[in-house]
Formats: sequence, C-alpha cells, structure tokens
Amino acid sequence: MTEIILIILGISLLLYVLLGGADFGGGILELISRGKASGIVSRAIAPVWEANHMWLILVVVILFVGFPTVYSTVLTALHIPVLLVLIGIILRGSAFTFRHYDIEEETPKAIYSSIFRYSSLFTTFFLGVTTGGIILGDITQDYSQGFYAVYMNPWLNWFSFSLGIFVVILFAFLATIYTLGETKEKSHVERFTRIAKYLIITLVVAGALAFATAELEGHPLFFEFYHSIPSMISVVLATIALPLLWINLKRNNRQMLRLIAGFQTTMIVLGWFAIQFPVLVKINDGVDITVQSSIAPRATQLQLLIALIVGVLVVFPYMGYLYKTFKFGEKTADEQKAS
Amino acid sequence: MDEFLAARLQMAVSLGFHIVFACIGMVMPWFMFVAEWKWLKTKNPVYLDLAKAWAKGTAIFFAVGAVSGTVLSFELGMLWPTFMEHAGPIFGMPFSWEGTAFFVEAIALGLWLYGWNRLSDKVHLYTGMVVGIAGVASGIFVISANAWMNAPAGFDWIDGQAYNIDPVAAMFNKAWFAQSHHMIIAAFSATGFAVAGVHALLFMKNRLEIHAKALTIALAFASVAAFLQPLSGDHAAKNVAKLQPAKLAAFESHFETQKSAPLIIGGIPDVENREVNFAIKIPGALSFLAHGDFNAEVKGLEEFPEEEWPPVPIVHYSFQLMVAIGMFLMLLSVIFLAGTYKWKHWLEKRWWMLLLVFATPLGFIAIQAGWVVTEVGRQPWIIYGIMKTKDALTPMPGIQYTFYTISAVYLLLSFIIVWLMSRQIKMLQSKYLKHD
Ligand code: HDD
Ligand code: HEM
Ligand code: HEM
Repeated sequence: MTEIILIILGISLLLYVLLGGADFGGGILELISRGKASGIVSRAIAPVWEANHMWLILVVVILFVGFPTVYSTVLTALHIPVLLVLIGIILRGSAFTFRHYDIEEETPKAIYSSIFRYSSLFTTFFLGVTTGGIILGDITQDYSQGFYAVYMNPWLNWFSFSLGIFVVILFAFLATIYTLGETKEKSHVERFTRIAKYLIITLVVAGALAFATAELEGHPLFFEFYHSIPSMISVVLATIALPLLWINLKRNNRQMLRLIAGFQTTMIVLGWFAIQFPVLVKINDGVDITVQSSIAPRATQLQLLIALIVGVLVVFPYMGYLYKTFKFGEKTADEQKAS
Repeated sequence: MDEFLAARLQMAVSLGFHIVFACIGMVMPWFMFVAEWKWLKTKNPVYLDLAKAWAKGTAIFFAVGAVSGTVLSFELGMLWPTFMEHAGPIFGMPFSWEGTAFFVEAIALGLWLYGWNRLSDKVHLYTGMVVGIAGVASGIFVISANAWMNAPAGFDWIDGQAYNIDPVAAMFNKAWFAQSHHMIIAAFSATGFAVAGVHALLFMKNRLEIHAKALTIALAFASVAAFLQPLSGDHAAKNVAKLQPAKLAAFESHFETQKSAPLIIGGIPDVENREVNFAIKIPGALSFLAHGDFNAEVKGLEEFPEEEWPPVPIVHYSFQLMVAIGMFLMLLSVIFLAGTYKWKHWLEKRWWMLLLVFATPLGFIAIQAGWVVTEVGRQPWIIYGIMKTKDALTPMPGIQYTFYTISAVYLLLSFIIVWLMSRQIKMLQSKYLKHD
C-alpha cells in the first residue's frame, strides 16, 4: 500500500515538473525572447494552466496526509524560500489571468506581461532552491540553534542556488520545445530552435555546476549517483538523449522533440528519486526522516489510496479529453477567422 | 505585535481572502449554467451575452481562488506545523477527496471557458454544471475538515499522540453536516445578492434587458438561499450548544448558567464584571433556540476556566452582525418572492433597486463574521478540547513580517480586481449602448 502511494506521489511530482514546468517556463521563454513568444505561450497555456498546477496541490495533500512529518519539517526549515515561491505563484497566476481577460489596452497589458515574466523566473528559481535545500539535507530539528542555522543555512548556499538556476533553464527548455510544436511560422521556428540549442548547452553547464557546488557544500552528490545503479542508468539515458535531441532539432521533428525532452526530464527526476529513496528528508544532526518513519497509520493510508485511485480513474481520462479538445497548435474555424 | 497574534492574523487574512473567491467559484457556474440553458431554449442572444460576460469575470475570480487556495495548503504547515503533523493523517481524508474535486473542476473549467467553439452545445452546457457540482463538493469536503477541528472524532488521544485513527469517522464528524449546509447556503446567498446588487445599480442607469435577466437569475438563487439561511443557522446553533457550549455562551455573552435563559440582542459585553450592558433581552428565547425548550438550562461561561474562554466581545459582535444581516436578507427574499408571485410592479421600483444595491456586500460581510464566530469562538483550541492553538505555532521567529507581506499582496490584489471588474462592466455597458 505504502509503495503505491509513493509511486503516485512520484508520478504527481514528475507531472508537475513536466506540465507545470513547461508552464512556468513559458514565462521565462517570453522573457528570453523579449515577448516574441507571448501570443503562442498564452494560447497554449490558458486552457490547461489550472489543471497543470493541481499536481502541486496533490503532492502537498499526499505529503500532509501520508507523510505528515515530512510536510511539517520541510515547511518549517524551508519556510522562507517556500514563502517566496508562494508570493511568486500569486503574482504569476493573477498577472497571467489579468493579461488574458482584461480589456485590450497597451499599458496595463505591458505591466501584466512583465509581472508574469519576472515572477515566472522568480518562482521557478525558488522552487529549485527549495528542492536544493531538500536534496542537500542541511536541515536541523534542533530549533535552539539560532535563526541562521535553522532557517537560512538549509537553503542559502551555493548548491541550492545552482539548482535554482538549473531548474530555471530546464523549465525554459521544456517550454521552448513545447512552443516549437505550436508554431509553423518559419521565423519563429528558427528563433526557437536557436534558443533551444543555447538552453541545451547551458543546461549541461548548470548540471555540472550543481554537481560541483554539491561537493563544495560537502555533499557527495556525484558519489551517490555513481553508487546507485538506477541513478546511474537514468543519468546515462539522459545523456544519450542529448545528441538525439540535437539531431531532431536540426530536422525540426516536433513530436520526436517533445518525446525526447519529456523523457530526458523524466530521467533527471527519476535519478533524483533514486538517490533520495528511502530517505525523504535528510536531517543534519539527527535521524533522517524515511518513508518508514513518517508514513501515516494504515487506516489513513487505505483511505488516501482509495481517494487517489478513484481520482486517477476519473482525472486521467478527463485530462486526456481536455488535451484532445485543445489539440494544440490547431485553431478552430472561428479562431482562424479572428486571427 | 507578537508572533502568535501575527500567525493567527495571517491565517485569518488568507482564509478570509480565499473564501470570497471560493464562494464565487462555487456559485457562479450555476448562474452561468442557467443563462446558457435559457439561451439554448429561447435563442434570445441576451442570455448568451450574459453567460459570456459572467464567464469573463468568473475566470478572473477562479484564478485568484486557485492561487490563494494553493497558498493556504502550504500555510497550514508553515504556521501550524505541530497541528498538521498530528491532524494531517486524521482529517486528511476530506482533503484527499477535495483534491479529486479540484482536479475535475479545473479541467471542466478549462473546457467550459475555452470550449465555446470546440464542444457541442449540450456538452458545453453540462460541462458548466460539472464545474458547479465539483465546486460545491470541494467546499463541502474542506468544511468537513474544518468541522473536525470543532468536533474532533475518529481517534484516541493518549499522552499527546493520536491512536486508533479512523479517517472515515473523522470526516463524518458531528459538525460536518450543520456547517456544510450553512456554508453552502451562505455562498449562494452572498454571491447572489452581490451579483444582483451590481446589476441593480447598472439597471438604474440604463434599463437594459441584460440586467433585468441577470437580476432574475441571481435573485432566484439568492432568495431561496437567504430564506433558508436562518433556519439552517438555527440548526447550526443547536449543534454548537451540544458540542461546544463555551462557544455558544460566547455568542450570547452568556456568563451565568441559567434555566430559561434570555436571548441577548445587541449590547456591550463587559467581561470583567460578567455582564452585558444596553442589551435587549428576550426571556427564555436562548433556551428555546439552543435546546428547543423555553425552560432548558443553558451553560454559561462560568462553567469553564477563564483561560478557556474565547475572546467574548469579538465573538459576540460578529455573531450579532451575522444574524442581523441574515434577518435582513431574509426580508429581501420575502419581498422578492412576493413580487414574483403577486406584486410584480414592486420589482421595477426604485426603492427595491436601492435595497439591492445596499445589500451588495452584506452576504460577504456575514460570511466573514460567521467565520470569525466559528474560528475565534473555538479559541484557545485549534483542535477543540485536544490541542491549544499556541502549542501548534511554528517555531520560526518573525512571522510579523510574513503577515505584513501576505496582507500587502492580498490588499493590492483586491484593489486590482475591483478595478478590473469595473472596466469589464464599462465595456459591457458601452457595447450595449452602441447597439441600441
Ligand atoms: C451569508 C452569510 C450568513 C448569514 C446571513 C448567516 N450566517 Fe451563520 N455562518 C455563516 C454565514 C452566514 C458562515 C460563514 O458560512 C459560517 C461560518 C462557519 C460555517 O460553517 O458557516 C456561519 C456560522 C454560524 C454558526 C457557527 C457554527 C459553528 O461554529 O460551528 C452559527 C451558530 C450560525 N452561523 C448561525 C446563524 C444564524 C442563527 C443566522 C441567522 C440569521 C445566520 N447564521 C446567518
Ligand atoms: C474560508 C473560511 C475561513 C475563514 C474566514 C476562517 C477564519 C479564521 C480566523 C479568523 C482564524 C483566527 C482565529 C483566532 O486565532 O482567533 C482562523 C484560524 C484558523 N483556521 Fe480558519 N477560517 C476558515 C476556514 C478554515 C478551514 C476550512 C480550515 C481548515 C481546514 C481552517 C483552519 C484554521 C486554522 C488551522 C487556524 C489557526 C488556528 C486557530 O486560530 O485556531 N479554517 N481561521
Ligand atoms: C471554508 C473554507 C473553504 C471553502 C468553502 C473552499 C472552497 C473552495 C472552492 C469552491 C474552490 C474552487 C473555486 C476556485 O478555484 O475559486 C477552492 C479552491 C481552492 N482551495 Fe479552497 N476552500 C476553503 C478553504 C480552503 C483551505 C483551508 C485550503 C487549504 C488547505 C483550500 C485550498 C484550496 C486550493 C488549493 C484551491 C485551488 C484549487 C484549484 O486550482 O481549482 N481551501 N476552494
């Protein structure tokens, strides 16, 4: 039972990275391309963004119902970066909707757009920093140690910041590949192909930086990857996918590109899961919080699982219908007339 | 301000902000459903315009509801980690179901808002209904979680740990039903009168058909809800009398245990001398309202140690305010029903429009007051009788600053939304005036 809950937790997190990530990345991409992408991004995100962000809610609910100590420990130690993420989420979601629904007028639109773009960047960065704090595990439960040690040290470090940068580039990359599939116009295809190439290169650099800063912070991330066979496999597969990605970018093969980018991101996330498991939160000066030590009693697990399975049975087909209805890139007759 | 107060205020501000959007998110889909259904039936294009105009406004409210709700699901742990650590596995079941309901709602909403040209008329119409049903369901689930804090059930509490957890019993605790019907009815009444008030104001300026149609739809829902509200509130009060006698005593500033206790209307509670000054007292009425018998004994605050009293004046004033608004809105609903069935000319009159304009914010004020009654009235407990609120507080210092930040963000957002709505309305008006 616990395993199935963990798997659903993992899948939700992964889907949040893939779908929510492309959506955060949309804002960053607009920033990089100086607004050139904004029409495409808006049209692609609008019908699905609420549904995409539900995966985060699901992760949070599974945590506080199923793994309550994980939820409370992480939100105490990483209170500050999480607060920054939340403020970013508020600004981003509101600005995006206002831009979409407010009446057409230059100045307000420009303001909404820039809030949307900068808060997408800001939120993604601090999502990465928060994740970095969890991976690094410089978290203490001895609250007498003073403000800095308890509430700053876990996330205010080189590793967390490099992970922030990594996640920003990853999300922007996902959004670029996604956008490429949405446009047929030649100038756009060329521009986004170029951006995608730059992002791939920076992504590799940022990944290396994350490993290096981990060593710097005394966390042998490289060693951990090396010693876990599943992590190693996922790293190797993610690397093999790189040249494939490059070739398909050259050929502008949209479906393949999406597939490979999704696969690569999945491998990165799975690699992380594999080194983390079965520890959920590392504690600096105490006992690590593991799946075993934090899982809720059986009666709770059972009810959670029932709700999740019913949810999966209802949500997945319905979600598929949503995506099918808005076969992206295609316009209805009316929309073509309008544009 | 100390940290504890800041945390409580931050929770109150975040919840008070979210609830406005949550209510609109639960209720507007039903109004839009009726408008769209009328359009399909009558082919009168005014109904289609109305549904689309409402949809634009609602989309904005939905988005803000979704982000403020996301914030809440983190804030519970950022402010009250000890509470969530113990409560999560017990009252988590409604939250897990709520997750599914949210998902369905978000998907259906995307289909509905953007699917006008992509779905068939029938599918589009019923997709709107799915949004409404999922919204109300998620409201009921989250209320059930809150009700558990008022009427904890489904576990044994031994030495600060929960044993024998039974999530089903926790979900169907003794307060969930009373709180749910009262809250859902409140959402329809508040949103209905707010929408009606705005359209009444516009109707007074230009007597457009679209506003008349909007008024009828909104008031049809609101008046039924407002009529039921006091009845539902009476059931809620009887339930509180049984489950949380100290809270009931605080509603009424009822200090001494008494048989045939009087109902206190208005007045200024004086907690030190344990009396209420300048109040109207109706003998025996409190006994009747709380227990259905004019002679029944009603427990006073004196039965409880003073450190377990909720802040009496706040609870008392909020309760009085909610009930006063409830009676007023019930009166409006009676006028509307009378006007619909007999005195049709009433509903065209200026005084009626003015009354509706006056009522625009009242439902939402009553909702905020009602939540203050429920939540502040539960103090000092976060889980009634089990865990004190101050013991659940996060160890993190400096919550004042997070409170100021969150409040500033929400305040700013509120201004922007009001401004956006007025722009939308102006646009709608000018479109119609050009037509004529
Ligand atoms: C439009 C809003 C509205 C109106 C007009 C009323 N209420 Fe209310 N009331 C609420 C909106 C509300 C609420 C915001 O929805 C609350 C907060 C918690 C809850 O479940 O409902 C609530 C709570 C609440 C409670 C506390 C429940 C608890 O603590 O568990 C009682 C006893 C009443 N109400 C009673 C009344 C009575 C006797 C009314 C008579 C007219 C009334 N309410 C009108
Ligand atoms: C949306 C409607 C709600 C409003 C307006 C509201 C209002 C409030 C207020 C005013 C307080 C501060 C009380 C005080 O400390 O004196 C509070 C506290 C709190 N509420 Fe609510 N509440 C709502 C619903 C809920 C729900 C649905 C939950 C949980 C499922 C919840 C959980 C809490 C918690 C954990 C606290 C902090 C602890 C406490 O003060 O008891 N509330 N709320
Ligand atoms: C009485 C209190 C509450 C009621 C009646 C209520 C009801 C609702 C409703 C109907 C919605 C969907 C409408 C919309 O998106 O605008 C919503 C959204 C949301 N609520 Fe609340 N809620 C309450 C309190 C809470 C609390 C305490 C939490 C967190 C623990 C919460 C979390 C959320 C989340 C995450 C969403 C966004 C879902 C989405 O994306 O559609 N709500 N709420």
